[in-house]
Amino acid sequence: MNVRRTQLLLTAIGMLVLGAMEVYVPSVAETTDPAKIVVKDFMFNPTPLTVKAGATVTWTNMDDEPHTVVSDTGEFKSGGMDTNESFSHKFDKPGTYHFTCSIHPRMVGTVVVQ
Amino acid sequence: MSNDKSLLSRRNALKCMAYGGAGTLFALSGGVFTPVDLAMARGYDESKESKALGKPLFVQISDTHIGFNKEANPDVAGTLTQTIDIVNGMSVQPALIIHTGDITHLSKPAEFDLAQQLFTRLRTTEMHTVPGEHDTSDATVTEYFNRFGKPSNNKGYYSFDHAGVHFVGLINVLQFKPGGLGTLGEEQLAWVAADLKGRSASTPIVVFAHMPLWTIYEPWGWGTGDADQLMSQLRRFGSVTVLNGHIHQIVQKVEGNMTFHTARSTSYPQPVAGVGSGPGPLKVPTDQLAAMLGITSVSVVKHPSALALNDTALA
Repeated sequence: MNVRRTQLLLTAIGMLVLGAMEVYVPSVAETTDPAKIVVKDFMFNPTPLTVKAGATVTWTNMDDEPHTVVSDTGEFKSGGMDTNESFSHKFDKPGTYHFTCSIHPRMVGTVVVQ
Repeated sequence: MSNDKSLLSRRNALKCMAYGGAGTLFALSGGVFTPVDLAMARGYDESKESKALGKPLFVQISDTHIGFNKEANPDVAGTLTQTIDIVNGMSVQPALIIHTGDITHLSKPAEFDLAQQLFTRLRTTEMHTVPGEHDTSDATVTEYFNRFGKPSNNKGYYSFDHAGVHFVGLINVLQFKPGGLGTLGEEQLAWVAADLKGRSASTPIVVFAHMPLWTIYEPWGWGTGDADQLMSQLRRFGSVTVLNGHIHQIVQKVEGNMTFHTARSTSYPQPVAGVGSGPGPLKVPTDQLAAMLGITSVSVVKHPSALALNDTALA
């Protein structure tokens, strides 16, 4: 009896957990949550960054030196970002997007949109 | 930065830097580069030494970075004002001021406005500029050209003559290549060829641009990828002086009749090539800052064939 009750309880907990998990399965709307790229020590990190179509990527400059984010194709372009300033771009179409800091062109990065 | 090539270029860069020195005058005569003991920090006067150094032709100001406010120098407007005081204090005023870019830090209108307001204090009113990459970092790349674009018809490159010297201002911060160095581009190189065509080889040439027109340290982008094509056009001239900024420290080299020189900044120092994570502002003890900031003045030594360079620190 006790064993059976425990099993029932465990099953109930399991269902609750599953139920709870279901709540946290990202919905379509949630895949557009901002993805982040940190600009620090003259590097973009992470790169490449993989996101789903429709995601918004935010770059934040953590250096004392300004940086920019300029797409190689000209599709997106930030102004100069000072320390702690950010720039965001929404990626609607799947593809591979390369970008550069126009102030320090050796800084390059990639966003892969699936 | 661990491969041999980088180490080699860093070693070369450091070797070149050994030539730099505060308060030293470099007399340039027919391509021979001679450090001369100097008392020109307070400017040209009637002394024999000053006369030997020649009349100041122009002063190069670089990397004023108006708008910068970080720890490395919270008062860049103040250090620019100090710089202007030094220039205004020269007993014979230079005919021209050349600003080799990074007038502002973030290309903001208010930064350009403040810089222009400060420049009006210069007794020498004729100023020629080229933009740095910090001046063209606004999304539309218009703030610099709205204010300083006229002489170049908004192209960024132009030439003029003064006192028998031919000046060529170039832009190498716009057509950047991802992962690469600064670029002049085919159109500008073709314009230079046309501009120099027919000029006598005895005409002293001064070329000025923001980023170094020779590779000082490739991993930090301290160079211009297609500068060789420019140099091949300049090699026939008897006296060529190439002036740049960008790296906030003095680095020099002489190659045949060509002298290459980068000026100090008036805002903040940067690390020596390859030291640290990147070419960002270098924080130094406050009492050491002024000695790492300054200007370059250029004089005619043996008119019209020789120019002399002189670096002056703020302290």
